[in-house]
Amino acid sequence: MIDVLIIGGGNAALCAALMAREAGASVLLLEASPREWRGGNSQHTRNLRCMHDAPQDVLVDAYPEEEFWQDLLKVTDGKTNEELARLVIRESSSCRDWMRQHGVHFQPPLSGALHVARTNAFFMGGGKALVNAYYRSAEHLGIQIRYDTPVADIEIKEGRFVAALVPEREVNGVHFPAERIEAKSCVLAAGGFESNRDWLREAWGQNERGEYPSDNFLIRGTRFNTGTLLKRMLDLGADSIGDPTQAHMVAIDARAPLYDGGICTRIDCVSLGVVVNKDGERFYDEGEDFWPKRYAIWGRLVAQQPDQIGYSIIDSKAVGNFMPPVFPGNKADTLEQLADQLGLPRETFVQTLRSYNDACRPGSFDHTKLDDCATEGISPAKTHWARPIDTPPFYGYALRPGVTFTYLGLKTDKTAAVRFADQPSQNLFVAGEMMAGNVLGKGYTAGVGMSIGTAFGRIAGRNAALSSLDRQPA
Amino acid sequence: MNAESNLIPLLNIAEEDVNRQMQICNACRYCEGFCAVFPAMTQRLEFNKADIHYLANLCHNCGACLHACQYAAPHEFDVNIPRSMAKVRLQTYTDFAWPKKFGTLYQRNGVTLAISSALALGLFLILTLVIQGNLFTEIEGGDFYQIFPHNTLVTMFGSVFGFSALALLIGVVQFWRKVAPTQEKRQQTPVTAMLQAGEAALTLKYLDGGHGQGCNNEDDAYTLARRRFHHMTFYGFMLCFAATSVATLYHYVMGWQAPYPVFSIPVMLGIIGGLGLLVGPAGLLYLNYQRHPDHGDQAQRPMDRAFIILLFMISLTGLLLLGFRETALMPLMLALHLGFVMAFFLTMPYSKFAHGFYRCAALFKSYLERLKEKKSKS
Repeated sequence: MIDVLIIGGGNAALCAALMAREAGASVLLLEASPREWRGGNSQHTRNLRCMHDAPQDVLVDAYPEEEFWQDLLKVTDGKTNEELARLVIRESSSCRDWMRQHGVHFQPPLSGALHVARTNAFFMGGGKALVNAYYRSAEHLGIQIRYDTPVADIEIKEGRFVAALVPEREVNGVHFPAERIEAKSCVLAAGGFESNRDWLREAWGQNERGEYPSDNFLIRGTRFNTGTLLKRMLDLGADSIGDPTQAHMVAIDARAPLYDGGICTRIDCVSLGVVVNKDGERFYDEGEDFWPKRYAIWGRLVAQQPDQIGYSIIDSKAVGNFMPPVFPGNKADTLEQLADQLGLPRETFVQTLRSYNDACRPGSFDHTKLDDCATEGISPAKTHWARPIDTPPFYGYALRPGVTFTYLGLKTDKTAAVRFADQPSQNLFVAGEMMAGNVLGKGYTAGVGMSIGTAFGRIAGRNAALSSLDRQPA
Repeated sequence: MNAESNLIPLLNIAEEDVNRQMQICNACRYCEGFCAVFPAMTQRLEFNKADIHYLANLCHNCGACLHACQYAAPHEFDVNIPRSMAKVRLQTYTDFAWPKKFGTLYQRNGVTLAISSALALGLFLILTLVIQGNLFTEIEGGDFYQIFPHNTLVTMFGSVFGFSALALLIGVVQFWRKVAPTQEKRQQTPVTAMLQAGEAALTLKYLDGGHGQGCNNEDDAYTLARRRFHHMTFYGFMLCFAATSVATLYHYVMGWQAPYPVFSIPVMLGIIGGLGLLVGPAGLLYLNYQRHPDHGDQAQRPMDRAFIILLFMISLTGLLLLGFRETALMPLMLALHLGFVMAFFLTMPYSKFAHGFYRCAALFKSYLERLKEKKSKS
């Protein structure tokens, strides 16, 4: 029998597998996806939020524990667990040497991402390069890896993991029978449920307009996170945490693919212009704060609009001042033409833009600070970077909510144990998105998903190895 | 934009594909640390024909960005920068070949090199037979000038080399005019950029992966093998070139006639260089066969392999000629060696050989751009 079974194949799963193997356990990793899609959402990530008290290779200045904690507290509105959050923060300061040992390379912040030069360490080549490095290291260390192997069920006996059940399946025309895989201990790191349309529908329900908002959500993350295992664990009575509607959700280009749109589908010009809904009306302060601090709320804002669609409108003054979008925007010489192109009610749209333009108070525009360009006398106000949209050509980008990952997960503690009726399991652990909700009850701050996945992946792997040797998790 | 064309040139399929992918990459930028292509990309919002050819020649086909790409197939975006850049590079070589008609020699380049080699080999074998009567005569001291007098060789090789070097120069100058805007050409201090580009080319900086562990070959693991074998090939070639240059000086300045003893400067340079030019191409050929099928343009493998084999054969026959120069095998070895060298000279502007020159021009431009950006920031 194998010592440690890892279910999942992304960052958290790989960290767990590598740690368990380093602790001397025999390890089998089951990845639901084919090899070319391996790595779950980790293949779309780009950096790790890191605590550090002094400059460290690619990280400038310092980002002390307390500041990291305050940032987390702020974005989650207190929906976090201080003990676990601080554990993640401290781990983030020391895990990078270990990551390098397993082949991960870091690079200076990307152009257009200098605002996180202090807080975030970027992976050279992004998350897929990291995932590749971990898989190479895992193979090198003798970890068994199986692709196309989704786990549908878990056998639990008195709070202990017994076996994982893989249903019979067809892979590239080859039939594989159902399997029952036993192990001495197990780590669950199989991601959230963002790609399960039915579950999203159930969680988001029907709104007052009779719409099912989630039907219009695009998924930025992996198509393989269907939450099968998460649902099964909840049915088996594992303690849960989080709200099923909470997720990392940003406003992305409406033309993005349904799944795996990743980073390039984001629209970064919101704070440089205005955003209207399909009725041609503004609905939120586009200049509330720096875009990197606000992008994560716009997914929900758009989700609340009729038809779950928004339109980011800029003029030629904004061109070149934001990360270039992947698809070209609609372009027109007049606002009327732009309204027609975007299918917006012409009169309301033009009226909205006129009243916005008239409300812009003169100021000195500076996109690098919270400047004094604000509107006066309209609602909602635009409190920074408000300049009249008056210089053709005008551009419009249609926006949809884009879900990266969901926060509903399994409740855990500092040992990463899965809990049943508030009792920790002795040999079943959880890491990554399946438990990120313990730390991240709502909101988001760049790179913290990877911090959580790395910290808890490593803890879960070590403890699963200890448990397989009949020793107490630490 | 080039002053001579006010119209924006239309993009062909290969160029359009680079344009499409660059829009995706520019919105992602994860690969910035790997090489010079992505930092150059971030300085643009749009990519015209000249930009696309510049970026394509800046790409070293290391493969790192393909393996790291979240948008590579089976993703519907189907991003494969090494492949689409390689396709455009072939277009560069074809478009800028001089005389223009000869650009078509790139379309079936394996055949081009094979036919050139066959013709050149045939020529020297026949000439040897005509002059010598047979291919196997032992000549005292291995004096090959008894078969082909020095002046005959100088005339034949000098004129072909001169033409090919000129053709190559014209091509690269035309390329440079197309990709470098006027203000860059007039930049006050091109020396720094030139030195930086030279260093990047001579060290193959962009085959180090940005982290020093090398580029990709058969899979997502990094390897320094390609960089090392390329170094052996290039420096081996340069040592052979140096050997010939020193011998020319010996001949004209010092009045010393070949053949030179083994422990002379030209022969020692030739032996060391020849070994490099034997091991280097052998390694590169092996790596080429092991190469991940998604790297670069499969249709160009004959061009790559034919050129590698030609270099290998030049070196092999050169070393054999040296080894057998005092035996009856000398005339045959001489004819073979001269044949391969002639084939190489003939095809210099119409073979993979040209890649280094276009690459250097692109590197030079990238360092000019970086200096300009630095200046504008400070």
